[in-house]
Amino acid sequence: MLKLENIRKVFHPGTVNQKIALDGLSLTLNDGDFVTVIGGNGAGKSTLLNTIAGTFPVDQGSISIDGEDITHLSEEKRARFLGRVFQDPMMGTAADMWIEENMALAARRGERRGLKWAISPTDRETFRRLLSELDLGLEDRLSSKVGLLSGGQRQALTLLMAVMKKPKVLLLDEHTAALDPKTAAKVLELSDRFIEEGKLTTLMVTHNMKDAIAHGNRLIMMNAGKIVLDISGEEKKRLTVDDLLHAFTLSTAEEFANDRILLS
Amino acid sequence: MNPIALLNSLPGALAQGLIWGIMAIGVAITYKILDYADLTVDNSLCTGGAVAAVCIIGGMNPLLALLFAVLAGAIAGLCTGLLHTVLGIPAILSGILTQLALYSVNMHIMGGKSNLTVSRTQYKLLLTSAKVPTAIIVSGIFVVAIVLLLYWFFGTQLGCAIRATGNNEHMARAQGISTNRMKVLGLMISNGLVGLSGGLLAQYQGNSDINMGRGAIVIGLAAVVIGKALLGKRKNFALRLLTTALGAVAYYFILAIVIWAGLSTTDLKLFSAVVVTIFLALPYLRKKWTAHHHAKGGSAVC
Repeated sequence: MLKLENIRKVFHPGTVNQKIALDGLSLTLNDGDFVTVIGGNGAGKSTLLNTIAGTFPVDQGSISIDGEDITHLSEEKRARFLGRVFQDPMMGTAADMWIEENMALAARRGERRGLKWAISPTDRETFRRLLSELDLGLEDRLSSKVGLLSGGQRQALTLLMAVMKKPKVLLLDEHTAALDPKTAAKVLELSDRFIEEGKLTTLMVTHNMKDAIAHGNRLIMMNAGKIVLDISGEEKKRLTVDDLLHAFTLSTAEEFANDRILLS
Repeated sequence: MNPIALLNSLPGALAQGLIWGIMAIGVAITYKILDYADLTVDNSLCTGGAVAAVCIIGGMNPLLALLFAVLAGAIAGLCTGLLHTVLGIPAILSGILTQLALYSVNMHIMGGKSNLTVSRTQYKLLLTSAKVPTAIIVSGIFVVAIVLLLYWFFGTQLGCAIRATGNNEHMARAQGISTNRMKVLGLMISNGLVGLSGGLLAQYQGNSDINMGRGAIVIGLAAVVIGKALLGKRKNFALRLLTTALGAVAYYFILAIVIWAGLSTTDLKLFSAVVVTIFLALPYLRKKWTAHHHAKGGSAVC
């Protein structure tokens, strides 16, 4: 279970660029929840994921996973709970290292790294089997540099690396946004499969409202650092893009109204 | 311009090249693997030489003295690493700071003298410039042993974590790797090798000099780029380290030739800087040229 309580994050405080990215946000994810996150630019979606990942400290509030307070844990220490896939396909893998070396790094996420040889023959077999499930022909290219792969292949590999050691929470940050539609669909399908097979608790940020509706059991919409809509279960299944657009207009209109009051 | 004179100078150049090659491998670790331009080496080389010299003069076995040279170099690397990771000082500047501080430290190690003689008649040194063939064999053994050791190390879980840190910090942290710790460790290994090189050099030339490492970073970079030019784009890691050492040998051969051809030793540093500039600039200019002439441009991977 992932629990965020009253999280506040302000970027560039006290300057003209001050930006309240998360404004007293609270969110609880139950085990197995697959939550899609939508919202306009600057709504705080990526900040939410980065907050959980520990990319920066929060100004206020607490984060816990399975009851363990991780608010003050460094990014690398939290990694043992988290699987992450980024928007940029280049970000999740080491380009100059081989496919199997990248996988070996992921296989020891959160564990001590010692002076044992990084890859054993049994590891190699496991990697080959896992890669063949991607159906991208990567199982025959274990000792190819990851930098030689296409963006879609790299993103699929990053996804595999994020889930091969079961994470308590999987964070997908617009992980298909940089891919062409066909590849995006493939990566999304793989995500669905891994999440279902592993019953992974997941937060998936997306710009695509259709995807947000079609995937997961729960949907949240963010605006101005707050959650403005939280729909799950049967209600989510009935959701349409029009409903979302309507909700989106409402939430932003409110903001405009507030601004108008301030200005008048 | 007597060709015999040139031939006579080549074995010495080979021995020196191999000794400096160990330093170059150290530079390759920071520059190529960690992607960190570490300027500590300019004085950690002397730290290694000074420590080895003092140990030997104090009666220590010259081989054991090298161990202390490695340790001293590693401590220098530790300082640079902590300046960078704990105090947030930019990479280049932290190297410069340590390097500057080391000047005083090195003087203290050598008892306030800027040059400390290690008599080759008085002590049983591992290698000396008086016996060049032995020096070549000894330094060659060191180079090969180090290449094998590093090949093993960078294939381990820990070694892979260091490589990942140099390659993609985001990815490394997402996989739970403490990138700061890996940088410090990499700097320690690198400067440990530089210290070893200094210890060997002090024995070879029969003294430890406060200026012995001046410009070492440039020689190291020269060896890395010449080695790369020699090897091309082959990917075996051990081979790459080995060619870095051979790059240092090539560099010393070039020096021997230009000195033989009449270049004054005063101009050597200028010459070195020019050579390294050319080698460093070539890939960039070539890329620009190809991008200009072929609309498609080169590959994204370098």
